Amino acid sequence: MTVLALHGVSKSFGPIEVLHDVDLALDPGQVHALIGENGAGKSTIMKILGGFLDPTEGQILLDGKPVRFSSGPEAEAQGIVVIHQEFNLAADLSVAANVFLGREPGGLRLDHKAMRRDTAALLARLDTRISPDTLIRDLSVPDRQMVEIAKALSRNARVLIMDEPSAVLTHREVGTLYDQIDRLRADGVAILYCSHRLDEVAHLADRITVLRDGRVVRQAMRGEMTEDDMAAAMVGRELQDFYPPKGRPSPDPALDLQGLSVPGRVHDVSLTLHRGEVLGIAGLVGSGRTELAEGIVGLRSATGEIRVNGQKVAIRNLRDAFDSGLAYLTEDRKEAGLLLDKGLTQNLTLADLPRFGLWRLDQRAETEALAHATQEFDIRAPDPAMIAGKLSGGNQQKLLLAKTMLPDPQIIIIDEPTRGIDVGTKQQIYAFIRRLADEGRSLIVISSEMAEVIGLADRVLVMREGRIAGEVTGKDMTEDKIVRLAMGVSGEAA
Amino acid sequence: MKPDLHTLGPLIALIALIVLGALLNSAFLAPANITNVLARSAFIGMIAVGMTFVITAGGLDLSVGSMAAFLAGIAIIAMNAALPGLGENWGTILIGMGVAILGGIAAGFLNGALITKARIEPFIVTLGTMGIFRSLVTWLADGGTLSLDYGLRTLYRPVYYGGIGWVTWPIIAFALTAFAGEWIMRHSRFGRHVEAIGSNDRVARYSAIDVGRVRLLTYMLLGLLVGLSTVLYVPRLGSASGSTGVLWELEAIAAVIIGGTALKGGRGRVWGTVVGVLILSLIDNILNLADLVSPYLNGAIQGVIIVLAVVLQREKRTADER
Ligand SMILES: Nc1ncnc2c1ncn2[C@@H]1O[C@H](COP(=O)(O)OP(=O)(O)OP(=O)(O)O)[C@@H](O)[C@H]1O
Ligand SMILES: [Mg+2]
Repeated sequence: MTVLALHGVSKSFGPIEVLHDVDLALDPGQVHALIGENGAGKSTIMKILGGFLDPTEGQILLDGKPVRFSSGPEAEAQGIVVIHQEFNLAADLSVAANVFLGREPGGLRLDHKAMRRDTAALLARLDTRISPDTLIRDLSVPDRQMVEIAKALSRNARVLIMDEPSAVLTHREVGTLYDQIDRLRADGVAILYCSHRLDEVAHLADRITVLRDGRVVRQAMRGEMTEDDMAAAMVGRELQDFYPPKGRPSPDPALDLQGLSVPGRVHDVSLTLHRGEVLGIAGLVGSGRTELAEGIVGLRSATGEIRVNGQKVAIRNLRDAFDSGLAYLTEDRKEAGLLLDKGLTQNLTLADLPRFGLWRLDQRAETEALAHATQEFDIRAPDPAMIAGKLSGGNQQKLLLAKTMLPDPQIIIIDEPTRGIDVGTKQQIYAFIRRLADEGRSLIVISSEMAEVIGLADRVLVMREGRIAGEVTGKDMTEDKIVRLAMGVSGEAA
Repeated sequence: MKPDLHTLGPLIALIALIVLGALLNSAFLAPANITNVLARSAFIGMIAVGMTFVITAGGLDLSVGSMAAFLAGIAIIAMNAALPGLGENWGTILIGMGVAILGGIAAGFLNGALITKARIEPFIVTLGTMGIFRSLVTWLADGGTLSLDYGLRTLYRPVYYGGIGWVTWPIIAFALTAFAGEWIMRHSRFGRHVEAIGSNDRVARYSAIDVGRVRLLTYMLLGLLVGLSTVLYVPRLGSASGSTGVLWELEAIAAVIIGGTALKGGRGRVWGTVVGVLILSLIDNILNLADLVSPYLNGAIQGVIIVLAVVLQREKRTADER
């Protein structure tokens, strides 16, 4: 009954073998979850199944017969569709043009009307408000992901391979995604699903394969593994105290905003961040969280008053923000965070080059900085001379975190700190964030993962439609309260 | 960085050309010929080093050939004008040099400011200024030729023809430019920023790099180098006209591409550019020395080399990405 399977597959990049003798089977009407630490080889498996990489050894079996795809489109012609971890959208084309890219309907003249209509129908099915005519570059990261999903749905897949589709989505869209997965499962599509959110794996998966360092270490059916079992199997040890204990912020304000507005996006936001505090900001997609952060650090023009340690500061650009001790970690790792075609060192030091020499850059010091960062942030790079784009997604995130922390900022705004990061590393990053706060730094953490905001933050602000909709602290920090504020539903929790 | 076939490619081609030239004609390796080839490469070479920075930052400059002609024109006019007052001496020539160099920086600033401040595509801006500079020099020469005063010309001549032994001043200037360019690209913050911007300007902006300023500086650096190369070019003929520096921009861009700098930006190779310039002028020289192929086919052969170089670059990328 198996549609697509790997049999004894190994994969090497140059001298480094990253997959060892992997067996995996996808059955129709089943959701098969693939979990493992960052760099375990999940994306590599998915690329092999989707025809984007060749296995070094072993076989791909389609309906029991060995096949070799020479390209992604060839696999797609067989009904195998991949949603990649990194976006594959043409930024200057419209949503509709992207959904139908490579399969445009119409004869000599493109059937624009049909494309727009079908795209609108798909987007409606996904319950989004994206217009088919918007350009991809004008969409937020989560909206782009919804377009990816729409694109995959439009291909009538027999096998759907999803590499961390939910990593960039918020609460509401994740629900829509689950509904679509249930529908496809009922239609008999075989689904391979990769995620670092173990709760969703427990909720979705009929079957689970755990990968560690390129080896399958455990396979189980629905209900056979708890979330803790999964985490332990992935990391190879028990995980305890997932979130660090809350801190004791001092009453001194580190950052003070008075009436900050970003035209059209953020309206009249006032807030105070105390020294040693981790302030969470929650909200739906499009609620203006990222825009607020970018307004504070000078990446967007903003009006209003900003005080750092009580001193009024003028921040016209990111350099000014750095000089005031602020730093910002972007949510858009691929387009704004890292130079994917450059080396790790070059990425690490890019925002803080003056430290490495006034005229001649001290490349030895840069290499040392990388060695230090690799250790401190546990960046797993098979080869320190590789380009950033070849790191696994989670390790890219760790590199970005290292880059942000290099100038030793005192106020750090982190947009989605653990996007695409495995449980073990999440715990490390949470501990790290808390340590920064305990050392007297102040942090704003923007996150779409509700459990993360609640577990990590000392206090949570909820944004809605560009304004602060409310604040929750202490015992009130519950998912229910936050969702109500985010959606604008009044009244007490049921 | 380990040298791969990709970086070595142009170098191997250069060595092959030298061997070929030596086999075809014994005069090829004669010092006089080598001096000649290198000195004539120097103009395009210095411009191409500047072009490497512009292209690496994701830009383009089509105006450099016309700019060189225009700068030569105004330098000659300035020297002729200063002659009655200052007399036939180095002071007058220094004024001409100053005009060419400052004019080059100003022209680069004009290009760069239109691109970064007015946010117009580099291709369009420099296509426009290419026409403007060309037409200005033709107008200044009234359709004919602007000639430097005879006496001044004699005085100025050694700047092109003189030097230290066989090594003439243009060769020295080209070598210094190349070393400085390589150093800046590899070891300075500016070079790092240039590569980052060409690789992904949004990432650069989010890394607190003043993208507009760095871009503007690349055009000004190129303008400066066009000015310097004009300073060396004027004493060669002592004149400028509407046909001075025609197609220099394409030769410079070709040299940059042959050398392995990506046209889409992000990866700059100054040594590669130097090798590219030498390859282009060696082809020309060999065709002139040997009777194998008509020198009129020079352009065709250069064209083949350019396309080949780009194909080789692409081969590498697809090998590990597919
Ligand atoms: N093109 C490549 N060249 C060299 N090494 C590579 C390449 N692609 C991936 N790797 C390496 O292979 C290993 C597995 O990477 P992969 O992307 O499959 O991890 P992953 O399990 O998807 O991790 P994550 O959860 O972080 O996305 C990593 O060590 C990665 O650095
Ligand atoms: Mg991955």
